[in-house]
Amino acid sequence: MEDLYQEIILDHYRNPQGRGLREPFEAQVHHVNPTCGDEIDLRVHLEERDGTTYVEDVSYAGQGCSISQASASVMYDSIAGRTLDEALEALARFQEMVQSKGEIAGDEETMGDAVAFAGVAKYPARVKCALLPWMAWKDAMVQATEGDDRD
Amino acid sequence: MSSPLDARRVREDFPILDRTVRGGGRLVYLDSAATTQKPLAVLDAGRDYYLTSNAAVHRGAHQLAEEATEAFEGARARIAAFVGARADDLVFTRNATESLNLMAYAFSNATAKAARGSDLPKGAERFVLREGDEILVTEMEHHANLVPWQEVCAKTGAVLRWIPLTPEGRLDLSDLDRLINERTRVVSFTQQSNLLGTVNPVAPIVDAARAVGALIVLDSCQSVPHMPIDVASLGVDAVAWSGHKMLGPTGIGCLWATSETLASMPPFITGGSMIENVTMESSTYAEPPKRFEAGVPMVAQAVGLAAACDYLDALGMEKVAAHEAALTAHALTRLAEVPGVAVVGPTDLIDRGSAISFTVEGVHPHDVGQVLDSSGIAVRVGHHCAWPGCRAMGVPATTRMSPYIYNDAQDIDECIEALGRVRAVFGAR
Repeated sequence: MEDLYQEIILDHYRNPQGRGLREPFEAQVHHVNPTCGDEIDLRVHLEERDGTTYVEDVSYAGQGCSISQASASVMYDSIAGRTLDEALEALARFQEMVQSKGEIAGDEETMGDAVAFAGVAKYPARVKCALLPWMAWKDAMVQATEGDDRD
Repeated sequence: MSSPLDARRVREDFPILDRTVRGGGRLVYLDSAATTQKPLAVLDAGRDYYLTSNAAVHRGAHQLAEEATEAFEGARARIAAFVGARADDLVFTRNATESLNLMAYAFSNATAKAARGSDLPKGAERFVLREGDEILVTEMEHHANLVPWQEVCAKTGAVLRWIPLTPEGRLDLSDLDRLINERTRVVSFTQQSNLLGTVNPVAPIVDAARAVGALIVLDSCQSVPHMPIDVASLGVDAVAWSGHKMLGPTGIGCLWATSETLASMPPFITGGSMIENVTMESSTYAEPPKRFEAGVPMVAQAVGLAAACDYLDALGMEKVAAHEAALTAHALTRLAEVPGVAVVGPTDLIDRGSAISFTVEGVHPHDVGQVLDSSGIAVRVGHHCAWPGCRAMGVPATTRMSPYIYNDAQDIDECIEALGRVRAVFGAR
């Protein structure tokens, strides 16, 4: 069980980073985990500077277990203020790790606190919890960039 | 705790309960409302069937086919007898969800066919819905007895209504006179809540529904395994339950309905085995129960479920109920001792079953379940497929323990002890 509830995860759960819905935003999504009822509302604010798109802010509110709540907090730390490309890389690395059934430990250098979720991969029922905020962000990001295309 | 059942002795028939989990711990299985474990007698019955008589039933001119048919129809009679029913009034389905869908589809199919003037069985007008007709459920229904009726409404223009819950998690019948009215065509409700453990009062709802001529469906998934049930004396038109929650195999569910109800229902799943005559243009259908059993049926599962009925009857359903009542009393007393734990559902023993939901202040049910799991204790977490019921009770989800015949006071005590550690792990305030 200590694999799963690493101290870093519990810290983020008790003191979530970036929590709360903020203005401005280009897209807002509502995602649920239908098996357990966990919910997240998430907004994304993208900004373009010198031809590069930045994830200027990602803000969220919701209810859920320690894994989904801590994952949202870690995600905020990992992607807010980064370029969109960096954020997409962070998503890919995180998703690959938690879906690896424990095969991929994750690299602390590139992933930071997100490596604490490596233990989640050994608990198949909890992988969805860890991915809930990330999938919400991916969805919101797609919606926000689609909006750009229409402009 | 005093009980007429010796759970230790019962456990010897369930080898899975001897296995260890999560690095060597004893398995404490407290998730029987989700599915029960299976005794050797049930496993042996299914295996013996495959070893000796396996064949496609109701066809073939060989001895195995005869024996298989006998095993299947014998199982039907045995399972029907378990609930005081006639064999011909018992339909086998994949699970209780399909049983309830079978009832719901009788309405949407009859309504669609009537609109086109297609052939319907005699008496099928009972199943034809009009715009503004009402279907009544309760706020504590499992999704299996809610979503199918929402679909019927979407297809027919009928309106879904529901009996609300009291803060304690019982049905609020104060408005029953208004909720069951001359527009009410179907009343479908659970006999015992899988979320709250509440045992619902069947008689007053049946009386009100009868008075307006509504068809009454009972979801008895959480009652047939736990108390003596005589379907005919309930006064309802149909009863649905599953095999796997009463020691039987997965893949078999039951639908009992009165002979006249089944006879007036159009078919649901169609194809082989359920026909009377087939031409290229059209078909006529077999009498119930075969009308509702298209394709090669689940014979081994039926044989296994019949063995489960034998097993439960050997224990005695009165004793099963008394054993569960003793476990429930013990669990409610012990839960009250744990700081931060609140039971979601009735906290007394009156009209209350053994499915006990609770929350732990400051800790999400998923996390509660995970800590219990690390001590070998298997419970269910989440909304228990009764999401609206959770919302009505003001909780996003719960942790649920549901003891059964093979559990004893020690199992409950180990669960309570592990619960005491939960809040420390998460530093809940």
